[in-house]
Amino acid sequence: MAIPSDIETTFLFGRLNLHAIPADPIVWVTFVFVAIGGAGLLWLLTKYKWWGYLWTEWFTSVDHKKIGIMYIVLALIMFVRGFADAIMMRLQQVLAFNGSEGYLNAHHYDQIFTAHGVIMIFFVAMPFVTGLMNYIVPLQIGARDVSFPFLNNFSFWMTVGGASLTMVSLFIGEFAQTGWLAFPPLSGIGYSPYVGVDYYIWGLQVAGVGTTLSGINLLVTIIKMRAPGMTMMRMPVFTWTALCTNILIVASFPVLTATLVLLTLDRYLGTNFFTNDLGGNPMMYINLIWIWGHPEVYILILPLFGVFSEITATFTGKRLFGYTSMVYATVCITVLSYLVWLHHFFTMGSGASVNSFFGITTMIISIPTGAKIFNWLFTMYRGRIRFELPMMWTVAFMLTFVLGGMTGVLLAVPPADFVVHNSLFLVAHFHNVIIGGVLFGCFAAVNYWWPKAFGFKLDPFWGKVSFWFWVVGFWVAFMPLYLLGLMGVTRRVRVFDDPSLQIWFIIAAIGAVMIAIGIAAMFLQFYVSIRNREKLRDDSGDPWEGRTLEWATSSPPPDYNFAFTPVSHGLDTWWDMKRFGQTRPRATYIPIHMPKSTGTGVIISALCTICGFALIWYIWWLAILSFVGVVAVAIAHTFNYDRDFHIPADVVKTTEDERDRVLATLPAAQPAIQGV
Amino acid sequence: MAQQHGHTAHHDDAHGHDDGHDHGSFKSYMTGFVLSVILTAIPFALVMSGGFESRLWTALVVVAFAAAQVFVHMVYFLHMNTSSEEGWTMLSLIFTVIVVVIMLAGSLWVMYHLNTNMMPQMNHEALGIGS
Repeated sequence: MAIPSDIETTFLFGRLNLHAIPADPIVWVTFVFVAIGGAGLLWLLTKYKWWGYLWTEWFTSVDHKKIGIMYIVLALIMFVRGFADAIMMRLQQVLAFNGSEGYLNAHHYDQIFTAHGVIMIFFVAMPFVTGLMNYIVPLQIGARDVSFPFLNNFSFWMTVGGASLTMVSLFIGEFAQTGWLAFPPLSGIGYSPYVGVDYYIWGLQVAGVGTTLSGINLLVTIIKMRAPGMTMMRMPVFTWTALCTNILIVASFPVLTATLVLLTLDRYLGTNFFTNDLGGNPMMYINLIWIWGHPEVYILILPLFGVFSEITATFTGKRLFGYTSMVYATVCITVLSYLVWLHHFFTMGSGASVNSFFGITTMIISIPTGAKIFNWLFTMYRGRIRFELPMMWTVAFMLTFVLGGMTGVLLAVPPADFVVHNSLFLVAHFHNVIIGGVLFGCFAAVNYWWPKAFGFKLDPFWGKVSFWFWVVGFWVAFMPLYLLGLMGVTRRVRVFDDPSLQIWFIIAAIGAVMIAIGIAAMFLQFYVSIRNREKLRDDSGDPWEGRTLEWATSSPPPDYNFAFTPVSHGLDTWWDMKRFGQTRPRATYIPIHMPKSTGTGVIISALCTICGFALIWYIWWLAILSFVGVVAVAIAHTFNYDRDFHIPADVVKTTEDERDRVLATLPAAQPAIQGV
Repeated sequence: MAQQHGHTAHHDDAHGHDDGHDHGSFKSYMTGFVLSVILTAIPFALVMSGGFESRLWTALVVVAFAAAQVFVHMVYFLHMNTSSEEGWTMLSLIFTVIVVVIMLAGSLWVMYHLNTNMMPQMNHEALGIGS
């Protein structure tokens, strides 16, 4: 496919000129609000002199705990953006009936549904899950940090870089109008000649580097840095699921990268991998991207299965039912997730043998998932269940996710898929599993581990308000989509002819508004909890009677996590320590070897982001310059030998003595722990 | 952490002791070298001399030698064995092979099957449209 050359290109600014600013009042109003908000934020940061604090304590930090929190902050910010897209789509689909065109033109609407999908998967779900793993995994295995602390910081900033490119596309140029996986030939240069798909490609490529490196980092951490005695079959379930997720990341993200590189070559150099002429085949892109795409959904959900396992065991006061089967189910899912990708394109034209093979593997993968559900139910059976917020989210997950799983098995039957493929039924299905599984899991995890990260619990009242609006809102918003899908309404439609459908879209929009209230209540919950933090304070470090090692240390944990590396004698290490009355070790403290903060990660990622921006706009000199900069800074960093320091023994002693003093003030009678 | 080897005074734990890797010996490198030369020379000679009667057989034999070559490289140059790193190296190799075989075989199968369910009039090659 020839590259059209009718778009004006200058040497200095490439394709970037004043026409790049979207001529859309909605975008202008958004820009004004973002500009005012951003300027206000910068002014506050300057006024209270927080720049230095943020730079030294957070942005350059290599502490896995701070990086984990920053990942989750990024996820929450992007979540607001992604949800704004969602509510705009809901409103458009309510209005666009009876001859009305709605309020969004096709160009804008198509960008919104693409951006919504891309942002929610790559910049909300992925950072949320990575943040949780970053924070919790080293604590659960009794490590002081991840294996490669600098790499961890760099990975985070690459994710931020990708997210920034995606956000910039809102105000400069356009975003892709192709749907979240950018299928060619629509995403090829012939049908998407402007910068939208380029934003998509480079945003994902920059963030993808971060994801892959963070996957390698956590994988090595789990394999090499477990506390003595913690064999594989003594690892907490969350760590197990994190291990499998990172295996999936390392094995599948290169496929995404390679596929996008081929698309890039098609768009920039005029190759024909995915075009219709000269031997190209667009179906190859669909095949390749789903080889990444299906493991990706398990990358998202597996760690949350781990979260639910930890929460179920903790809040029923029992050890997890069927730990071994849980581990094997997770490993089975890991391998099986590579065998089902074709179910995303049953209708592509393959014959009965291919479709039935992938239909059957898809049904098989629901078996280990079902086994997990039963394990959680059997853990709860005859347990003393405490319905605190994390447990409430877990129960809501089980009810919601089972429905999503069953519609998934329905879609796994190829003839049934021919009927509802590409319809709102499918949209309802994957929102059912991603919201009901991944998001509910993230909220459960935030409520569960917040006291560990900040030393005080979250406010239960606003948490419950958020919970009920979210859960009810989800059902109200997505059940109509199942019905509409069965009636044959396809996804990504902007204007409707049949007025009888409107009522279902109105109901769905009401559900979306309820979810909006749920989100607002969640942020209010954070605010109220921070304001009332003294009242909600937890000094014990173990507010939920936890079972795993992260609860053995103070909340928030000291920089070095554990003054002495704990030793594991079985599953649920911390539970055993409490049960056998193990006291805190008080031997002579020794200096603790720690990695030093560095700004190199921020600098390299910033250069990569500039390079991506330059490539999007064909500003070749800037692309070359920033790429050379990346290599130069990376090489210069290898000559930085000042990378570590020691926390002196007396600092460790002061910290630990203070902790002893706090623990001594707590009521001596810890809740009696029955041997379980 | 221990991975960050700075030039400080505290690195008594640095190199020089058994860290679970097999570093190979002169003999193992020589064996690997000779084997890989032989495994390169045979298929090269085969193709230079015109190959077998059947082109398919020639291709298959060359691919088989390539696979053996990969194996030799992994054992003698990358020091893969079942015991290093507590078996993790082996396990990751097996996982990689499984995933790569699934991806390649699956993609070939899927793409080969691509037009099975297409409507007859869309069979462009038969109609002589395109290609």
